[in-house]
Amino acid sequence: MSSWVDKEAGPIVRPYAMTSGRTQPVQGAFDLFSMVVALASLSIQDTQPESAAIMRMCQKPVSVAELAAHLDLPAGTVKVLLGDLLARQLIVTRAPDFSSSDLEAVIHGLQSL
Amino acid sequence: MGSSPSKVLPRAMKVMVAGHFGVGKTTMVSSISEISLLRTEETLTDAGLGIDDLAGVEQKRTTTVAMDFGRITISEDLVLYLFGTPGQERFSFLWDDLVLGAIGAVVLADTRRLKESFPCVDFFEARTTPFMVAVNCFADGKTYTPQDVQLALNLDPEVPVMLCDARDRLSVKAVLITLLQHVIQRQRQ
Ligand SMILES: Nc1nc2c(ncn2[C@@H]2O[C@H](COP(=O)(O)OP(=O)(O)OP(=O)(O)O)[C@@H](O)[C@H]2O)c(=O)[nH]1
Ligand SMILES: [Mg+2]
Repeated sequence: MSSWVDKEAGPIVRPYAMTSGRTQPVQGAFDLFSMVVALASLSIQDTQPESAAIMRMCQKPVSVAELAAHLDLPAGTVKVLLGDLLARQLIVTRAPDFSSSDLEAVIHGLQSL
Repeated sequence: MGSSPSKVLPRAMKVMVAGHFGVGKTTMVSSISEISLLRTEETLTDAGLGIDDLAGVEQKRTTTVAMDFGRITISEDLVLYLFGTPGQERFSFLWDDLVLGAIGAVVLADTRRLKESFPCVDFFEARTTPFMVAVNCFADGKTYTPQDVQLALNLDPEVPVMLCDARDRLSVKAVLITLLQHVIQRQRQ
């Protein structure tokens, strides 16, 4: 049988397959700039390479956008994979947010750049 | 039980850099980012479009856009992300998701093509996200004062307008500080 995945379609079909066609995370609502960190330092065995790569990359806090850029995957795909990790309690996440005091802190931070 | 996200995770804050094609968005973000500019793709959905009256079918428009972004680490607890998306005027109907949770937006403008900034300014005027206008000074552009630009774009006098050079780190820094001060001002009202 000839492959139905042609060269052109490859990069589009692959992320889709990676998430078994899902477009929404099972758990969590991830912003492009939600921060993510791994709770487990283990290299997880029973998972696909992309999820394992995410776990490696978020040993330190990192944003969804950075994960997607470094893994060269669409942000939507990374969000679905992160949702699975969140459901397994392997990561925690925090959406972008700010308070007035943060704004002052950012101004001071920028001034001393 | 479990770790509270706020204890292990810094707070991310995001600022959108908006503006028409070729106005200098990517240049601005890369001038101040501590990491080399990154790019990802995000699928945006227009959730607010509502119901098609005739068919009774919900009409959602979905588009995948590229996103340029950079990062400035303020402290262990605070990270600032700047992001822009190319060719924005075509996609402004999809921006609601992007600006959700953003501190504010910088609308970059070019005095040689001020009219092209209208859709972008219209977008933010119709929403609550605070914004400012930064005029990127290309060498062959006419010199306008911020007041000229404010009038030409018919801006509310409260909206900060500032001349800048998107290639210059100090200039971009000044723009961001102005935006943040504007946001603080707005919060106090
Ligand atoms: N002279 C001058 N050139 C600039 C300035 N800012 C940007 N440029 C140049 O203008 C061109 C467009 O800048 P970009 O930063 O790519 O613009 P952009 O808004 O990201 O463009 P799109 O993503 O395609 O919409 C590039 O060739 C830049 O080098 C500036 O302040 N002065
Ligand atoms: Mg660009």
